[in-house]
Amino acid sequence: MVEVEADLIWEYLKMVEDPEIPILNVIEMGIVRDLTWDEGNKKWHVVITPTYSGCPAMKAIEEDIIEVLAELQVKNVVVDTVLSPPWTTDWMTDEAREKLRSTGIAPPEKGSADKGLLMGKVKDIACPRCSSTNTIMVSQFGTTACKALYKCGDCLEPFDYFKCI
Amino acid sequence: MLMEHKEYYLTIADTLLVLGQRLSEWCGHGPAIEEDIALSNVALDYIGQATSLYKEIALKENLGKSEDDYAFLRDAWEYRNALIVEITNGDYAKTIARQFVFSTWYYHFLEALEKSSDTFLQGFAQKSIKEVRYHFQHSRDWILRMGGGTEESHRRLQNAMNELWEFTGELMTNSVHEVDAISKGIGVDNVTLKDTFDRIVSAVFQEANVSVPADVWMQKGGKEGKHSEHLGFILAEMQFLQRAYPNSKW
Repeated sequence: MVEVEADLIWEYLKMVEDPEIPILNVIEMGIVRDLTWDEGNKKWHVVITPTYSGCPAMKAIEEDIIEVLAELQVKNVVVDTVLSPPWTTDWMTDEAREKLRSTGIAPPEKGSADKGLLMGKVKDIACPRCSSTNTIMVSQFGTTACKALYKCGDCLEPFDYFKCI
Repeated sequence: MLMEHKEYYLTIADTLLVLGQRLSEWCGHGPAIEEDIALSNVALDYIGQATSLYKEIALKENLGKSEDDYAFLRDAWEYRNALIVEITNGDYAKTIARQFVFSTWYYHFLEALEKSSDTFLQGFAQKSIKEVRYHFQHSRDWILRMGGGTEESHRRLQNAMNELWEFTGELMTNSVHEVDAISKGIGVDNVTLKDTFDRIVSAVFQEANVSVPADVWMQKGGKEGKHSEHLGFILAEMQFLQRAYPNSKW
């Protein structure tokens, strides 16, 4: 019975959007790490992890999870936040990457940030609109903590790049 | 409940919170919108990292406190931050110079903290180091740009380094709380980070054509609660709301 309900809750969680990138849900983002049933206290524990430590969306995500599940008659939900293992862009599914691209955000390169970054090496990022790799980084910090700001040298459009971490 | 190594946790958390608060002063005043956003993002990372440490203290102390109690209801002498984060921002060169020396130390501190015997601190370090890599790169880029820019930008950067230098030493020392944590395998021996710090700072300064100031008298005491006059002003601004209207909620 608990297993059946757990499967259902995993499905329901797909209805919780990432508040800053609403085209993706919290499952696609890899923010939800685990779901457990605490028999003693009769509570569901949804375990989430932040993308960035300072991500201001965490509180909203926590509230949205409780609200969405409550609407679907899943009560007694507790949301726990963990830091370990640290979130990585490698957890984003291929489907999620494609959705990002289609909405104008260049998806993160596979393989999380390496030490080359320390010495100023920057990866070639393809423009999400025209696919040109003739792009330049305008700022390592973009519209949200998890994105950098780029500009395409061919179609001249500025765009967000989801940084690897 | 008495929490072991609470002061050690506070040393890290307070240093991050105060620097996050300082950087936030640039919000709306950055020299370009990209920089305004960059520093606000870095500040958010620090404040987020500090929050997770305060939350862990609250959990371990189990006195019904929240992370906000530690940030808003302690006075200056209870703060354990290093002095370098509380001195004023100065011009953009000084803010960036501090970001550069701070991130150089902090990145290597976290690398060592990943090997802590305290599992929470391990996870904290693994998480934070990914963010700090970007902070380091951002400040390094600016050091090179200002050092190799105009005569004016170079002059300002060199001045900033000269002014800051006496505050860098404290990062590479251990307070009594740190010595205790090191002896238990929990803390990082900051003294061992000095060689790497010196090597990286000299390499980048050389590339930027900026001289490394001579090792003069180094200020210290912040990590043991002895602060400059600046911290009181920072706390006055940061804590005002909770002090004037206790328990008010957002």
